[in-house]
Amino acid sequence: MENESKTNWWLKAIQTGLIGGIVAVLVSLIGMVESFHERDIIAGQITMGETLLLLIVVSFGYFSSRGTEDTPLSKRLTSGALTSLMIGSLTAGLVLVGKVVNLRKVLVNASPNLYKILTFENENTTTAVIVLLIAGAVIGLLASLVHVIPLIWRRAIISGLTIAALIALLQDLIRITLSRFPAFSESIAWMFGSRGEEGLSVNGALVVFIIVTAINFFSATRGDAVRGRVRALPSGTQTALRWTSWGLLGAFLLIWPQIAGPYLSEVSNSIGLFILMGLGLNIVVGYAGLLDLGYVAFYALGAYTMAVLTTTGGEITANIEWTFWQALPVAVLGAVVAGVVLGIPVLKIRGDYLAIITLGFGEIIRIMFLSDFLKPYLGGSFGIVLIASPTLGSTALKTPQTLYYVILAACLVALFVAYRLRDSRIGRAWKAIREDEDVAQAMGINLTTTKLLAFATGAAFGGLSGAIFASKLSTVYPHSFVLLVSINVLALIIVGGMGSLPGVVVGALLLVGMPELLREFSEFRLLIYGALLIAMMISKPEGFLPEAVHKRELHESDNVSHPAGA
Amino acid sequence: MRQRFFNRINFTDVALGIIGAGLVGLIVIGSFKTLAEGNYTTRQWLDFVVFGIAQGSIYALIALGYTLVYGILRMINFAHSEVFMGGAFTAYFAADAMAKSGFLKANTFISILILFAVAMATSVLIGVLVERIAYRPLRRAPRLVPLITAIGASFFLQYTFKGLYGSSFKAYPEIAALKGNYTWGDLNITKIQIVVIVSAALLMLGLYLYVQYTKAGKAMRAVSEDKDVAALMGIDVDAIIVRTFVIGAALAGAAGILYALTFRQVNFFMGFGPGIKAFTAAVLGGIGNIPGAMVGGLFLGLFESVGPILFLDGLNVPAPYQLKDVIAFTLLVLVLLFRPSGILGERLSRNKA
Repeated sequence: MENESKTNWWLKAIQTGLIGGIVAVLVSLIGMVESFHERDIIAGQITMGETLLLLIVVSFGYFSSRGTEDTPLSKRLTSGALTSLMIGSLTAGLVLVGKVVNLRKVLVNASPNLYKILTFENENTTTAVIVLLIAGAVIGLLASLVHVIPLIWRRAIISGLTIAALIALLQDLIRITLSRFPAFSESIAWMFGSRGEEGLSVNGALVVFIIVTAINFFSATRGDAVRGRVRALPSGTQTALRWTSWGLLGAFLLIWPQIAGPYLSEVSNSIGLFILMGLGLNIVVGYAGLLDLGYVAFYALGAYTMAVLTTTGGEITANIEWTFWQALPVAVLGAVVAGVVLGIPVLKIRGDYLAIITLGFGEIIRIMFLSDFLKPYLGGSFGIVLIASPTLGSTALKTPQTLYYVILAACLVALFVAYRLRDSRIGRAWKAIREDEDVAQAMGINLTTTKLLAFATGAAFGGLSGAIFASKLSTVYPHSFVLLVSINVLALIIVGGMGSLPGVVVGALLLVGMPELLREFSEFRLLIYGALLIAMMISKPEGFLPEAVHKRELHESDNVSHPAGA
Repeated sequence: MRQRFFNRINFTDVALGIIGAGLVGLIVIGSFKTLAEGNYTTRQWLDFVVFGIAQGSIYALIALGYTLVYGILRMINFAHSEVFMGGAFTAYFAADAMAKSGFLKANTFISILILFAVAMATSVLIGVLVERIAYRPLRRAPRLVPLITAIGASFFLQYTFKGLYGSSFKAYPEIAALKGNYTWGDLNITKIQIVVIVSAALLMLGLYLYVQYTKAGKAMRAVSEDKDVAALMGIDVDAIIVRTFVIGAALAGAAGILYALTFRQVNFFMGFGPGIKAFTAAVLGGIGNIPGAMVGGLFLGLFESVGPILFLDGLNVPAPYQLKDVIAFTLLVLVLLFRPSGILGERLSRNKA
C-alpha cells in the first residue's frame, strides 16, 4: 500500500478489473444474475440482474479511476476503461467457455438462460463478445467521468438513482398499498409498469429520480441555512417542534397496519420480533461486549415456555391452559433465569471462547428440544400446537394487523428500557467492561453481577420476542430455533452499529424487511449477510448508525491526525 | 489460614463447583449403571471405540487448522469448516467423473490420490483467499472484529458453494476396494476406517516433523511466539501466515476426503458439524498446541461415540445417540471451566487467552 505511486497505474487498473471480473463471473455462476433477472427495475427496459452487473462494472470502474485529486483526466479515463474492459472480457470468457463446455454438470446455475442474459440475447457469440467488450469499456469511461461532476451533484444523483431503484424494487408493496385507495389508481398506472409487468415505468423512474435529486441538491446547498434558522428559534418552539415530529411518527406507527394491509403487517411483525431480539443482543454484545452466538436459546426458551403454558390441545398438553398475558411474564422470567444459569459458567471466559461456548449452548438447547428424551414434554420434532393468542378484553388478537399492536408495544417498552439503561450506572459499567475488563474491575465494578445482569436483560428481551413469536404462529418447532437466527440478529446489530439503538431498528428493517419483501433476496439472504459482515468489518466497523463512543474508538487514528476535526 | 481460604471463595466458584460436580456425578452414575446392566457386549464396545478413533482422527485433522491459525493470529478461523467442506464438495465431481469413466475401479489407489490432490488444492485456494480478503486487512483491529468477519466469511462461503454446486446431497461413489472389514477376535474394523486412521496419522506425523525440524517450521513457531520480534529477526510474517493457512487448509481438505469416504455424502452444509467439533477438539487439547489438537480430536471422537451409550443409557434416556452433540458441547464447557488451557496446553498467558 505504501508504494502505491511506484506501481504501474495501468497494471493496477487491470488488477482491479480482474477482481471485478471474478466478482461478476461469481455472481453469475451462483445464480444471482439469473434470479434477479426476473424482476424489472424499469418495466420492459432494464432488470435487476442487469442492474447488478452494471453496478459491478460502474463501481469497479469508478473505484479504479479514483486516483488522487491531481490525477489528470486522461489517466482516469484510461484506468476506468481498462478496468471495465477487464470485467467485460472475463464475462465474455465465461460465455465463450460456456458455449464450448457444458458447465452445468458441475455448476448448476450455468444455464442457457444465464448466457442469454450475459450476451444481451445475442444469438451470435462473436457479436455478443464484441458487444460485451465495448459495453464494458464505454461504461468504464462513463464511470470515470463521474469524478468530474462536483461532489454535491454526485451525491444528489447517486441518491436519486438509489431511491428510484428502491421504489422500483418495492413496487409490489407500494402498488398493493395504494390500490386500496381508489384516488391513486391513475397515478399508479402512470408511475408503474402495466399490470403483469414489474418495476417503474420510464416516466415514473424519471419523475422519482428528478424529485429525489432535486430534494437532495437543495438540502445540500440550502440545508444548513434552514437548520440554522431552526436553531435560531426560541427553545420552547424547538421543543414543541421535536415533540410534534415524535407525535407524527407515533401516529404513523399507530395507523400503519390500517394503511399497510395484512401482508405488510405480517412483515412488520417479523421485523418487530427481530428488533426485540436485536435490542436484547445489543445489550449483551453492543453494550457489554460479550459476543453471544447462542442468543437463539433465549428466544427458544421464551417460545417453548409460552407454548407449554398455554397450549390447549394436540399431542402435548400440560393441562395448564393459561392465557397469553398470564404466561408472558413467566416466559420472560424463564428466559432471565436461563440467562443467569447459562451466564454463570461463562463468567470467566472471554472473547472467542465465549462465542464458541454460547454457540454450543444454543445448539444444546435446540438438540434437547428435538430429542426423544424430552419428547413427552416438548413434542420432539412435532413441536407444540394450539398456542393461545393474546387477548384484549374478549377479542383475540389473531390477525397480523391486530397482533402488530402487541409487538409494537413490546418494542417500545424494550426501546425505552434499553435507552434508559444505556447511560445509567449499570450501562456505564457494561461499557467499561467492554472496553477493558481488568481496568473495569480495578475501578470497583463487580464483574459477576454486571455480566450476569447483561445476560439476564438480553435474555429477557429474547424471551419476550420468543413468547410473542410462539403465539403469533400458534405452533413451535425446534427447527425454528437454529443458529441462523442468532447470526441474523448479530448481523443486524452489526450492520446498524453495535450499541446503537436506532441502528438496531434500521438493521432489522434492512436485514429482515428486505428479504421478506424481495423473494430474490431471501434466496441469497445468508450469502449477502456474509458478504455484508465482511465488508462492514473492513470498511465501516462501527455500522451505519454508529454509537458515538464506538465510532470515536474505531477511528482513533483519524482523530489523532485531525485533532480539530468534528 | 482457614479464614483466608474461605474469604477467597466467591459465588462464581461455588456455582461452578456445583455445576461441575453435578455433571461429573451424573456421568459416573450413568456409566456405572450402564456397565452394571450389561446390555452391550465387548464387541459392541470395541465397535464404538474403533468408530470413535476413526471419527476422532478426522476431527484432529480439522482441529489442526484451527490450532495453527489460532497459534499465530489468536483468532478463531470460523471459515475453516467451509474450507473443509469446499474441498470435499469439489472433489466429489472428480470422484464422480472417475467413477463414471471406470478409472476409479481400474486404478483405485491413483484415483484416491487424485481425490486428495483435488480436495487439498481447492481447500488451500479457499483458505488463502479468505486470509487475503477477509483477515489480512484486519490484522491490527480489535479482537471482536476479525471474529465477526470470520463468521461472515463462513456464511458467505457456505452459500456461495450452495449457489455454485446446488443444494442437494451428492453421494460419493462407492469404492469397491475399500469395502469389507477385518476381524480379530472381538475387534472389528472396516477397511475405510483403516484408511482414515492411517492417512490421518501419516499427515499428522508429517506436520509434526515439518513444524519441529524444518527451518520454515521454526519460523512458524517463532511467529506464533511473538509476531513483532519474529519480524525483527528477519522473518516475513505475512508469508508465514499465508503458509500457516495453506497447511491448515490442506489438512482440512484431506479430512474432507476422509469424511466423504466414511459417510459418502457431501452437501454445502456438511462443514458446520465437523467444524465446530474440531474446534472443540482443538480447545480440549489446548488451542495453539499441535499435539494437543491431535489428542483432543481423538479424545473427542471417542467421547462422542462411547459417551452417549455409556453415560446416558444407564439413566434410561431414550435414544441417547441423539444427544451426542450435547455431550460434546458439555465436555467443551467443562474443559473451558476447569482447565481452560486444555489437556496438553501450557497455562495460557494473558495475551494468549
